[in-house]
Amino acid sequence: MSVLIIVEHDNQSLKSATLHAVTAARECGGNITLLVCGWQCEPVAQAAAKVAGVARVLVADAPCFADGLAENVAAQVVTLAGAFSHVMATATATGKNVLPRVAALLDVAQVSEITRVVDAHTFERPIYAGNVIATVRSSDPIKVISVRATAFEAAPLEGGRALIETIAAVEDTGLSRLISRQTIASDRPELASARIVVSGGRGLGSGAHYAALLEPLADKLNAALGASRAAVDAGYVPNDYQIGQTGKVVAPELYIAVGISGAIQHLAGMKDSKVIVAINKDADAPIFSVADYGLVGDLFEVLPELVAQLG
Amino acid sequence: MKILVAVKRVVDFNVKVRVKSDGSGVDIGAVKMSMNPFDEIAVEAAVRLKEAGVATEVVAVSCGPAACQETLRTAMAIGADRGILVECAQELQPLAVAKLLQAVFMREQPRLVVVGKQAIDDDSNQTGQMLAALAGMPQATFASQLQVAGDEVIATREVDGGQETIALKLPAVITTDLRLNEPRYVTLPNIMKAKKKPLEVLTPQALEIDVAVGLTTLKVAEPPARSAGVRLVDVAALVAKLKNEANVI
Repeated sequence: MSVLIIVEHDNQSLKSATLHAVTAARECGGNITLLVCGWQCEPVAQAAAKVAGVARVLVADAPCFADGLAENVAAQVVTLAGAFSHVMATATATGKNVLPRVAALLDVAQVSEITRVVDAHTFERPIYAGNVIATVRSSDPIKVISVRATAFEAAPLEGGRALIETIAAVEDTGLSRLISRQTIASDRPELASARIVVSGGRGLGSGAHYAALLEPLADKLNAALGASRAAVDAGYVPNDYQIGQTGKVVAPELYIAVGISGAIQHLAGMKDSKVIVAINKDADAPIFSVADYGLVGDLFEVLPELVAQLG
Repeated sequence: MKILVAVKRVVDFNVKVRVKSDGSGVDIGAVKMSMNPFDEIAVEAAVRLKEAGVATEVVAVSCGPAACQETLRTAMAIGADRGILVECAQELQPLAVAKLLQAVFMREQPRLVVVGKQAIDDDSNQTGQMLAALAGMPQATFASQLQVAGDEVIATREVDGGQETIALKLPAVITTDLRLNEPRYVTLPNIMKAKKKPLEVLTPQALEIDVAVGLTTLKVAEPPARSAGVRLVDVAALVAKLKNEANVI
């Protein structure tokens, strides 16, 4: 077995998402090679070489990779893939964008968002919004796999001494170009990797209430903030807060759902959390069926009290 | 310009599916089926481009059993001009669908293809990207805004941590995020009109596409159930449980 992992980065730092794919790759067995497609991305290559368990880092450094456009990255991956039994990436927005393009160019199926490696050819993955777990086997010569980050621990960032090898970059496909990128700045822990997540739904009533009630609690717990689709659609928070089938999937140690009814779509994104707390005034809300601790009450009274008692 | 929209017939998003007792699959024999919600957004986006005078024709395509004709009629009731069904009784995986769509793309030569970002049954999130790859087209996945400008399409994409705006050379593939639009309700007169719109039925054989499956599903199972939780009487009890029992704060 030999696994090629597409590294996610911003040309300066390695995104921790990649580390989860490294762990999944180790479970498949064999050698692990990381591929960094970037522009002036030397710091990323250096960081990738230190990741525990990695044998080799391939670096394709060219202007056409500056913006991580799928067309160019996929073209580069395809030139290398023939030498590997597995091609992997973590199922982030970036991974989901590039990997199916790679699979189709290789004329192989892709296994999306695996949650368990049964053996090097057999994987578990959730379907129907996480309500069903399918075990699938791939008979393709190259297995193209995206990895659900929350299902695999992050590989250590230190301890590896991989060889860095520069490879020739493909030519720019010229099919697409980046116009602009807007990143939402935040001092809070990243949602996908936070130890505690405080999440709000339609029950909060407005963006001002969301901020006034949830931010103090998140500050106290050093938690990331999340939201249901209803809260995002209502404009309380930006949509990268969204947790669920179509948003982010989280599995923190503690998930506090405030004013969230618990639709199937939302549960798909958080039901693997270790401890789930639900605060809702509707005693029949479906969220209580997955909550370890439920508190039926008015969130406008409960939350300030909770913040006060956390001292 | 012509726009091709791909739609999938899936178990309705409100249905809680059940696994068959022998673990061979999901029991969808008698459940309500509908158009995949992301595909409704794709059809709406295409129809709005037509209403804005950018598109001249919207063609909806679906791959699967004969019952997918209903899904195509829904697309036509939203405003698609005609439908194409690639009728196929076997299970279709994303790569096979992408190959069928590419064959339809070659026949129809649209300038833009719009598909949903993922189907809510297999949750794969692959088909649009695969079609783009097979046809050598650029792609804008998870699009929340769309605008055609000359020989380019400008799309804003929802990505982790924010948004990015990219320009693609036409022809191109767009996959729709939830936030691209709010699909309209279909009205009875439009449902009646849709019945008269042309619907062509093709087969994989006619398109000369091999739809053999790449992945074998060995079994399906319910996820492990969570143990029943407790209801607490007040905030003090909750804080005590979190501190002393769960040890998470």
